[in-house]
Amino acid sequence: MNAIRLDHVSKTYPRHRHLTHGLKQSLLHLPDLIRRMKADRFLALNEVSLEIRQGEAVAIIGPNGSGKSTMLGLIAGVIQPQAGTVEIHGRVAPLLELGAGFHFELTGRENIVLNAVLMGLTRREVAQRMDAIVAFSGLEASLDEPVRTYSSGMVARLGFSVAAHLDPEILLIDEILAVGDASFQQKCLGKIAELRQSGRTIVLVTHDLRAVERWCDEAIWLNAGIIRQRGRPVTVADAYREELQREGDLAKDKNASV
Amino acid sequence: MTALPTAASPRRSASYIGDLILVLVQKEMKVRYKNSWLGYAWSVANPLVFTAVYSVALGIFLRLQIPGYPYPLFLLAGQFPWQWLSTSVGTAPMMFINNASLIKKVCFPRNILVASGVLSDAIHFLLTIPVITLAVLWYGFTPSWVWVPGIPLLAVAQFLTVYGAALAVASVNVFFRDLERITAIFLQVLFFLTPIVYPVASMPPQYHVWIRLNPIAPLIGAWQGLFLDGALNGSLVLGAYAYGVACLAVGSVLYHALSPRFAELV
Repeated sequence: MNAIRLDHVSKTYPRHRHLTHGLKQSLLHLPDLIRRMKADRFLALNEVSLEIRQGEAVAIIGPNGSGKSTMLGLIAGVIQPQAGTVEIHGRVAPLLELGAGFHFELTGRENIVLNAVLMGLTRREVAQRMDAIVAFSGLEASLDEPVRTYSSGMVARLGFSVAAHLDPEILLIDEILAVGDASFQQKCLGKIAELRQSGRTIVLVTHDLRAVERWCDEAIWLNAGIIRQRGRPVTVADAYREELQREGDLAKDKNASV
Repeated sequence: MTALPTAASPRRSASYIGDLILVLVQKEMKVRYKNSWLGYAWSVANPLVFTAVYSVALGIFLRLQIPGYPYPLFLLAGQFPWQWLSTSVGTAPMMFINNASLIKKVCFPRNILVASGVLSDAIHFLLTIPVITLAVLWYGFTPSWVWVPGIPLLAVAQFLTVYGAALAVASVNVFFRDLERITAIFLQVLFFLTPIVYPVASMPPQYHVWIRLNPIAPLIGAWQGLFLDGALNGSLVLGAYAYGVACLAVGSVLYHALSPRFAELV
């Protein structure tokens, strides 16, 4: 069964993300502005079709601006496609970047409730999971301290602990594994493996090709809004490495000839 | 299958929305009071100082007289509801933008952010009712039993107005960031165009018709009538609700039209 299905999905963004010249200038040149905004769009995803089966761990790799975050946004349901359809079967939990959705004046415990409810749980469901979340985070001692006193590693632990206990059918991870100390990273990877074994789908966006090779069933290489290659992680990661190498050599040649 | 929400349809059950509002309002309250030991005093300090300054400047120096009421009491009756409105609408433009990291990733109903902000300002307003009561007693008036149904009745009308306006401003500001400045100026103009520091009766008659175009004039007038006379003026209450529903409609239409693109633009 497919957990995620993208069918000829395209997404463009206006290049002028908002009216940089202010309201007055914009109103004075309104027709001009509309024409410019319509024409000048950035194609983030170009007719991408993709199926991810339930229980797969899939990595999305590619250079900056290749459309990785847009794809995660589409899967999370926060971004609407311009064309094509996005079908999601199951509850999606995004793993937020460091501290997003946390309030630093509130305690760790208060933030667990706030974050989990924002992610779609009721307070009762949070209460049922509270002990497990706290135990996983390993932050019992500082749980009633304000989060502003936490180190960044501790904030990351708290965030991952909440996300891991939402019982998502689909977990979205956006370049998050680089934070936290080594032992907690191991714990996170262990939890991801556990979620995989219990049939959850995982979509991981990362630049860490070693993690892709070790932890994923499949890799998707995005480039300029299209899927350049998809397949076994080792194969795709190697092709991607070669490309990076080539680009690096090109840049070096350029520098040498100047 | 589970009853848990999917990306395509974020959880919308009444009990979930209730919980979401509750934790967000709790957050607002805790954050506001956590680091200030004067806590409650701060939330009434602003309108009280304002009232004192205007009482001296207009009441004593300019010798403004309001027939029937001490001037400071008249000021307070309009100032506290205004404070709620101006705080909520004034902070609304940045509501979605300040929560960008959430909006970009999580698919929760975004209007609840605005609703929770307005609701926590409403709670602050209700917490200032004892101060109004004290002031009423201080000037030798008596609080009326009409307050008991009157305060919730007007608070609901004000919530509709303020939530609608805040939702509209918050949504549009994602696309036109200048709106934040415009809102600040607009609130100042609105304050002086609304009979808060002067009574309607003191306005030249030819301007009375303009008052009807002011969406918050009936509301503020109704609060003043309630606190000062212990009376609910039917036409003012009706006017407050009519404008409240209109504000809510405008806010909802704008929100529903614009919210699908929030995540791209915040």
